[in-house]
Amino acid sequence: MMWLQVFSLACVAVSILAIIGKVLRYMKAPQHMRWELYPVPHEKGRAEYGGSYLEELDWWTKPRESDKFNELKEMAEEIILLKGVFKHNRRVWGSSFPFHFGMYLLIGWLVLLFGSAILQQLNIQIGTSAGVIGQIVHYLTAITGYAGLVLTAFGALGLLLWRATDERQREFNAPIDYFNLLLMTGMSVVVIIAHATTDPSFTTLRQYIGETITLSQATVPSNLIGIGIGLLSFTIMWVTITRMSHFVAKYFLYHAVRWNDEPNERGSKIEQSLIKLLSEKVTWSADHIQSGKTWAEVVKEMKK
Amino acid sequence: MSSDKLRVKDIGRKADPLVNIDMTNLPKLPYPYEDWVDPDIEELPDKKRNGRNVSLDGVMNIIIDNPKTDQEKEEMVAKFLVGLRKLLSKENNWTFLKPLMLSLDNCVKCNTCQEACPIFESSGNLSAYRPLFRSDLLRRIINKYVKPGGKLTAKFTGSDIDLNWNTVARLAQLSYRCTLCRRCAQTCPMGVDNGLLAREIRKLFSQELGISPQELHADGTVKQLETGSSTGMNPEALMDLMEFAEEDIKDRTGLDIKIQMDKPGADILLIHNAGEFLSWPENLEAFAILFELAGISWTLSSDMVGYDSVNYGLFYDDTQYARVTLKHAEVAKKLGVKKVVVGECGHAHKAIMAIGDRIWLGESNIPRESCMATMEDLILNEKVMIDPSRNEFPVTTHDPCNFTRSMGIIEPQRRILRKICPQFREMTPHGAHNYCCGGGSGFAIMQSHNFPNWKMAISGRKKFAQILNAFSKEELAPEVNKYVCAPCSNCKGQIRDIITYFDANERCGFLYGGLVELIVNCMTDVKEGFIDWDDFH
Repeated sequence: MMWLQVFSLACVAVSILAIIGKVLRYMKAPQHMRWELYPVPHEKGRAEYGGSYLEELDWWTKPRESDKFNELKEMAEEIILLKGVFKHNRRVWGSSFPFHFGMYLLIGWLVLLFGSAILQQLNIQIGTSAGVIGQIVHYLTAITGYAGLVLTAFGALGLLLWRATDERQREFNAPIDYFNLLLMTGMSVVVIIAHATTDPSFTTLRQYIGETITLSQATVPSNLIGIGIGLLSFTIMWVTITRMSHFVAKYFLYHAVRWNDEPNERGSKIEQSLIKLLSEKVTWSADHIQSGKTWAEVVKEMKK
Repeated sequence: MSSDKLRVKDIGRKADPLVNIDMTNLPKLPYPYEDWVDPDIEELPDKKRNGRNVSLDGVMNIIIDNPKTDQEKEEMVAKFLVGLRKLLSKENNWTFLKPLMLSLDNCVKCNTCQEACPIFESSGNLSAYRPLFRSDLLRRIINKYVKPGGKLTAKFTGSDIDLNWNTVARLAQLSYRCTLCRRCAQTCPMGVDNGLLAREIRKLFSQELGISPQELHADGTVKQLETGSSTGMNPEALMDLMEFAEEDIKDRTGLDIKIQMDKPGADILLIHNAGEFLSWPENLEAFAILFELAGISWTLSSDMVGYDSVNYGLFYDDTQYARVTLKHAEVAKKLGVKKVVVGECGHAHKAIMAIGDRIWLGESNIPRESCMATMEDLILNEKVMIDPSRNEFPVTTHDPCNFTRSMGIIEPQRRILRKICPQFREMTPHGAHNYCCGGGSGFAIMQSHNFPNWKMAISGRKKFAQILNAFSKEELAPEVNKYVCAPCSNCKGQIRDIITYFDANERCGFLYGGLVELIVNCMTDVKEGFIDWDDFH
């Protein structure tokens, strides 16, 4: 195998481990106190004005009606259209939306490339003269690829411009923020140029992926395509090990905290978790806390 | 230094104060306050500071004693870092570790939050009051001084910050320039909660360094746990006050109403803010009248802590919070009531019903309900007779953040108001998207040093503008009686102080009060005039 293939495999492996690590970190975090924030979209008939089941007389005696459709709708609007940014920061949305939508298309493009590389290994042809599936995959790959790359580059450049020119914003920018956006722009532009000029339907990229996943020697037709592959591999890894993979945390922030209105009931799993946590030992040092005792002991009486 | 050019990395600098509040930069108020000029915030000379640190903005609402020597300063910084590590540990902070980690990790620093913050806006856009300024400072310290290899990557990751005594003291002060209203969190596209982060900073200072505002700790939770109430009222004094309240009801209404105390097995235990027994006894009296005339089985408790729904631990300290809420749970369990109804107190709602949901465990998990729902049942289902024409005056209502934005209790009070107040109108915005009264997170009870001036002119400014905007020019005439309904003790205190600061009782004829007073004011079984327009207090 050539060094580029080893690098690509390493990047993909690191990114998978990074995502798993992030998910586990949040999943394993202990049961926390209730801290939802309204409006909560699954509050049936109340989400529109930000109401909750706590508005009901004797709420604990009534079935809690959950509007999962509205929650899914809210999620879809937030994920696909970046509704929150549109509503509260329109200037940023103008760049952030194409940037994120471009990345979604790139994820689809990578899935198509990966899937079609496997199909090719199974002797199913991909291309204009292939069967129906092969043709659909061929055109979808080109559309998602170029649209994704162009939108990502456009959005990243817009965000770069905003970060660099907005005086109030500049204070909070770090070199890493500029690096991230330059990386996304650079990667997109290099891949567009490399393939549009010599390999417009990403055939060599598909071939590269197929050869890499079967651990056989790949041939890269030009240095520019090689640089594009290297940048793409690095970007996949970089996104997952930095704050750019905030989609993981965002999922937990919304579902585990912001929209989590599950009440604790006697004998429930929540209660069992809490009882266990009360045996954790506290080491806070302030005078009013009995350092070294368990939470259950500390909260019974105030230290004099 | 020009305050609007202040950068996070300036936080450790020697300037004192670091931020200069220019009162002429504060946003203009609407009619009839277009020409209002706020007095400067009183400077605190060395004598008044008494060796305390107010180096952020010259405003004092938290007591931070300056260490006397450089060595002591270094020790305090080291202790702060130890506390920071504890804040990020499961054993010491499982209570909020997950939301904390998520809010620390997830910010993309887009500053969307600043547009939602009434304090930032009302300060004339002072950089230090941006929600992101405070949380970014915390993140930088964690990234550089707590995370492995942080110092090596600090410049690249934007975590370049000097950690010295000034940085630590100002971080503490910054955590008390936020009312924890969480309006910023609503607008964050990522879901980051800067209000939560401010509260976590407060916890670190209280639980590790023993630094907290006197009104919240020594005169708040400590006094409550020792005497029974943060007002210092012990059970004997409570019983005297209840006698007074019964007599006052008789004087006001001619009714013989018994305030039920310690009634085992009652349907309802009303947990009420004891501060109201002293400042606004008519609120408790109105509950007693309403419940008695509706034939409800109810009671108050005279047990230690059980008669005061206050729980200032909610604002600064998990251990103190839990100690108080467990006392409330014990009282409910001991009386064997069917449910607890939380009176008109926003933070008590959150402490007892929302956060308490994870503390009232096992047999102590007695059902809890908002008084908004209880009162709605009585009014909408006509369990008491009302005559809305008795409330024929302009009324608007304030939404306490703790039970609207944080608990979603929004419509019951509105359905009541629409039924009993023909001239009810909303503020803009309202409901879950309301603005804080400016007294949230304990600010309402902080009355010392020069803080009241700050909280009136800055943190309360947006609410006052909202109140003014709820009425027409004609209605704002002083001879037109109008009512600002504030169904929360702390909000009510803040609105009283706002009205006083802006002289708005004299200039505009504002009266403020709770919701239950409006209900009793229009009950046909009660003689007219429960609300006394001449008694602004």
